[in-house]
Amino acid sequence: MRAFTQHTGLVAAMDRSNVDTDQIIPKQFLKRIERTGFGAFLFFDWRFLEDGTPNPEFELNHPDLEGASILLTRQNFGCGSSREHAPWALDDYGFRVLIGPSFADIFYNNCFQNGLLPIVLEAAVIDDLFARVNTYPGYTLSVQLAENRILDDHGLDRSFEIDPFRKHCLLNGLDNIALTLEHADRIADYEAARGMAALSESGGPN
Amino acid sequence: MAASENTATFRPRTLFEKIWDNHVVYDEPHRQTLLYIDLQLVHEVTSPQAFEQLRVEGHRVRRPELTVATPDHNVPTSDRSLPIADDIARMQVDTLRNNCREFGIRMYDLQDPEQGIVHIIGPELGLTQPGMTIVCGDSHTSTHGAFGALAFGIGTSEVQHVLATQTLRQFKPKTCEICVEGALPRGVSAKDLALYIIGQLTSAGGTGYILEFTGSAVRSLAMEQRMTVCNMAIEAGARGGLIAPDEITYEYLRAREFAPEDFDSAVDRWRQLPTDEGAVYDRVERYSAADIEPQVTWGTNPGQVLSVVDRVPDPNATEREDDRKAAAAAIEYMALKPGIPLTDIQIDRVFIGSCTNGRIEDLRAAAAVVSGYQVADRVGAMVVPGSGPVKRQAEQEGLDKIFRQSGFDWREPGCSMCLAMNPDKLEPGERCASTSNRNFEGRQGKGGRTHLVSPAMAAAAAIKGHFVDIRDWDYRDGVASVSPASTTDKI
Repeated sequence: MRAFTQHTGLVAAMDRSNVDTDQIIPKQFLKRIERTGFGAFLFFDWRFLEDGTPNPEFELNHPDLEGASILLTRQNFGCGSSREHAPWALDDYGFRVLIGPSFADIFYNNCFQNGLLPIVLEAAVIDDLFARVNTYPGYTLSVQLAENRILDDHGLDRSFEIDPFRKHCLLNGLDNIALTLEHADRIADYEAARGMAALSESGGPN
Repeated sequence: MAASENTATFRPRTLFEKIWDNHVVYDEPHRQTLLYIDLQLVHEVTSPQAFEQLRVEGHRVRRPELTVATPDHNVPTSDRSLPIADDIARMQVDTLRNNCREFGIRMYDLQDPEQGIVHIIGPELGLTQPGMTIVCGDSHTSTHGAFGALAFGIGTSEVQHVLATQTLRQFKPKTCEICVEGALPRGVSAKDLALYIIGQLTSAGGTGYILEFTGSAVRSLAMEQRMTVCNMAIEAGARGGLIAPDEITYEYLRAREFAPEDFDSAVDRWRQLPTDEGAVYDRVERYSAADIEPQVTWGTNPGQVLSVVDRVPDPNATEREDDRKAAAAAIEYMALKPGIPLTDIQIDRVFIGSCTNGRIEDLRAAAAVVSGYQVADRVGAMVVPGSGPVKRQAEQEGLDKIFRQSGFDWREPGCSMCLAMNPDKLEPGERCASTSNRNFEGRQGKGGRTHLVSPAMAAAAAIKGHFVDIRDWDYRDGVASVSPASTTDKI
């Protein structure tokens, strides 16, 4: 997995709550069997008009937000379906950090599997960030994961909470399966205690 | 001294804690818990990248016998003897077949008589059992919690993790008891119960929790109805739902294909699972069944729901600015006006099916309503059984004839218009009464508008062309309405 240490980038504000994964990546794109290339379809039904041209009303289509890499959102972002295509699409589009007052469980978890950092901050801080985006054109934030801090050029300096183990995995780009397989003996012991047949030499079941 | 020692060793635990404790492989200090997974269910949409990555990284599937697959999301519900017309969908189903063959995983393919929605066939086959941990790359995995199994949806990376290790790294969720006492009033179904609870909790209110549904209203539900309730737990943001196993659970499972051989010993073990007297939940919510009326969603998330006798709400009457904005946006998308009665809303389409309401009891409830009536002129209505066995059972009972005579389409099993990945979808601007689980924007087709209701409410809306209060329904042909506590035949 790609490591995440620090990131500075343009902030795109999406002033909507309960943005569900059906909006993030509509189902017509879930038939693909690859895990790359989903950025072109991110927020597809909001982002494009019937004739395929960009919808000028949609916030991310604003010319000033070209290259945005931090997404500021409202509560319960990523609710609904468990599709990991949602973080794949956000990542492929260029987002590296998501900031909101809350995220849906499965989506939040899926972000960490893909080197994408979701930051939870209390609602008042989120309100302040939305205000800053409106006040300062080309508003950027800097995220320092090692110190749990976000900063801007206008005096903002906030800490955020993140589980230490998740942070450790992100900072070092650790692969979950490799980490778990370090405990292969414990898994085998557990299976034996449950009376399950041991695995054969070749690795398959006996 | 001895007495106090005894009290110290026995700590009352909830159903969730017991299942969790039984599956801990390793509690690494300051890290997530490594949890053993008893059963993984797989479908075509969220698995191809997991298998591909297994190949890339050179991992094998640790316990192929603990994984079961079926295609359901983008399969057509029309003639099964024809190939899938959509090339990309066909390739995805072919990919699932090839992956299952390569890694030695049992698959219920399109032509298999047992094929169906993954969350319907797991219980039907008896794969879903009390006390298990069950995962699937699908948020509605919560359905299986109806059996007292810890079941939740995961992402594709985690699907791969389970295939490779038969474990998952998990943070322990908090527990929330949802206690509903009393009898559900006539005409009020498990779907109404679920929607009512989500309306109370909001669509994010259960985030971080496993919900355990308790109380006499829940205990009296048949298995099919319990599955409807747990299925919708995710729509309150909860990771999963649970209902303690009891005689109803054991009766449902007895004699199913994959039920334990020594069934009575299994039942003895399962009897240890229910929450101990004195166990403490992190949170408790109590509701009275008598307060619950037939529900209709008016907005674009399942928490935006009201009783059928209510009116479309006025966003300005909402306290929080976030909610006000969300309500206004939802009403605009849904093309509704604040203040109009929900029963005035005219519909174009009706969808009866899905992992929420595609089981035999759901079809019986809907058939009882439509029997002797015709679908309203401008309404297109379809029934999609949740699985092959549900379809065959319904046909044995003659339900397909009742639906067809009333003007419904009778289809082959699959997820169908719950998420409209296959050709079954709404056209832009069409309004649908749907028994599915999500009323998100465009969920049933771009520009489509979804109202979530119970099977009986959807059936009645199909006949009248608008929502009606099912409690006032005039059942024809001597078919009585199906009460929530009715017993079910095995399918």
